[in-house]
Amino acid sequence: MPLKLLRKSPWSARLGMIIILINLVAAIFAPALSPYGETETAGDVWMPAGKDHLMGTDQLGRDLFTRLLYGARNTISIALVITFLSFGMGVSLGFLAATLKGWIDQLLSRCIDIIMAFPTLIFALMVLSIVGTSITALIFVIAILDSTRVFRIARAVAMDVEIMEYVEAARLRGEGIWWIMRHEILPNTMPPLVAEFGLRFCFVFLFISALSFLGLGLQPPTADWGSMVRENAAAITFGITTPLYPAAAIAMLTIGVNMIVDWFLQRTSRIRA
Amino acid sequence: MKTQLTSMVMRRISFGFLTILVITVLIFVGVEALPGDLAEAILGQTATPETVEAFRKELKLDLPPHVRYFSWLGDFLTGDFGNSLATGNDIREMITWRFANTLFLGAAAASITVPFALFLGIMAALYRESVFDKAISIFTLAAISFPEFFVAYILILFFSVKLSLFPSVAMITAEMPLAQKIYSIILPCITLMLVVMAHIVRMTRAAILNVMSSRFIEMARLKGINRANIIVKHALPNALAPVINVIILNLAWLVVGVVIIEVVFAYPGLGQLMVDSVSKRDIPVVQAAGMVFAVTYVSLNLLADVLSILSNPKLRSPR
Repeated sequence: MPLKLLRKSPWSARLGMIIILINLVAAIFAPALSPYGETETAGDVWMPAGKDHLMGTDQLGRDLFTRLLYGARNTISIALVITFLSFGMGVSLGFLAATLKGWIDQLLSRCIDIIMAFPTLIFALMVLSIVGTSITALIFVIAILDSTRVFRIARAVAMDVEIMEYVEAARLRGEGIWWIMRHEILPNTMPPLVAEFGLRFCFVFLFISALSFLGLGLQPPTADWGSMVRENAAAITFGITTPLYPAAAIAMLTIGVNMIVDWFLQRTSRIRA
Repeated sequence: MKTQLTSMVMRRISFGFLTILVITVLIFVGVEALPGDLAEAILGQTATPETVEAFRKELKLDLPPHVRYFSWLGDFLTGDFGNSLATGNDIREMITWRFANTLFLGAAAASITVPFALFLGIMAALYRESVFDKAISIFTLAAISFPEFFVAYILILFFSVKLSLFPSVAMITAEMPLAQKIYSIILPCITLMLVVMAHIVRMTRAAILNVMSSRFIEMARLKGINRANIIVKHALPNALAPVINVIILNLAWLVVGVVIIEVVFAYPGLGQLMVDSVSKRDIPVVQAAGMVFAVTYVSLNLLADVLSILSNPKLRSPR
């Protein structure tokens, strides 16, 4: 079944899968694949690509290819942690609002409306100026901000499922709220939520890269794609393309995930129709 | 019927005000919740008790919270943002000029983006599933997935370094003539355009295709009206409401999204000031800049919602 599915997939989805696979391999096997250490100075500043350095060196003479591999590891893992956290909060609150209704729903929805009425980046900047830019702060700030969008989607799809007879039946059987949410609503809202997970991951990933680029995300010497662009930005005025590699890596991963989400959405909407 | 409409609009406007009010409370409480004392945090551990005390007085930290909140809010409303912690300058002076610069960049980008994006969106809907439409969809997907700084640095590499056409740093001063100002913001403008355009194109295309599937379009088609006429005369007026909505939402996004572009091009706008102040932890400046951004964003969103309420006949009729 999965193989058959793969054979029928469009070229864009296959490309997306290849991109994600490459990124995952890079992230998981970074220490084994990289020729140098994460923060090891391995040559001169901004050396051109050559035999010793596949993509040249960065502003401190560290091997760029190595930094990119470790960057995949750090950036992707943090983005994943944030997305899972944001989904955990958003989905459980959204389902809760949809199943309980009444004042809890009203209260949650209005609070979320207010947070969403505020531009995310500005909100994050203000919070980070207060709590400082530690990794924990970063993870929680972005996860909470992002969970508001998950809440909206989760609540909307759960509302559709909640009116079904089988949920009513479960209720009459005397099942608890948690049981209904886990066994009735969750399985039936899976497709839109999975698609949303991909999109949220992209958003979180771009967002954390943007913060790092502004110097407010992951702090050096940790390798991270956004900060690598920032640190090497000066090189571009000499015509050195170093900052473009990490920036392109960010773009590639986002495109890859988007392509798969598109394919997934098309497939699930066809099944429904 | 009319009163219902006004009440809807009024409700939306009061929600906008409520949002801004809640934001001010959040900002205030956020600073309150700061672990330890703000004064100590900023002055560091080497500060003598006297300097800390004087600093606390200056920040009015010696008064109870609710008194401070209302005096802070009152100052804000009268345009008194206090002084910067880092430089001691008057914040109002710092942000007025910079905010004007940000609006200038945003307006310049919007004035070329909106007509162009609408045109592309309509063309993509008109020639649906054609090579042109597919090219547009690939381009928009790429533009949405690319981080702003990637687009910006590619443009700098080609237009500024390789071709030496435009400056890579968008420095502008108050004395510059307008033409020179425009020349120096060309690259940031194009970057913003590429990033925002994708959203408008996608949504315009979707809005028009949505209208195209309705009955009256089918009727028009059955009457034998040609495709271009159907789109311009029948589909477009009906798709206008969602399209206006999309445009304003994107303008709101533009005002905020400008932050990263300003940092890339070292443009003296409000966003760059805010980012600088966050890393310096110059909290009064961050508060002021954040509030200005928030109010702009909330008002534009408000405008979008009010316009879509007014232009949607379904919302106008009594239930």
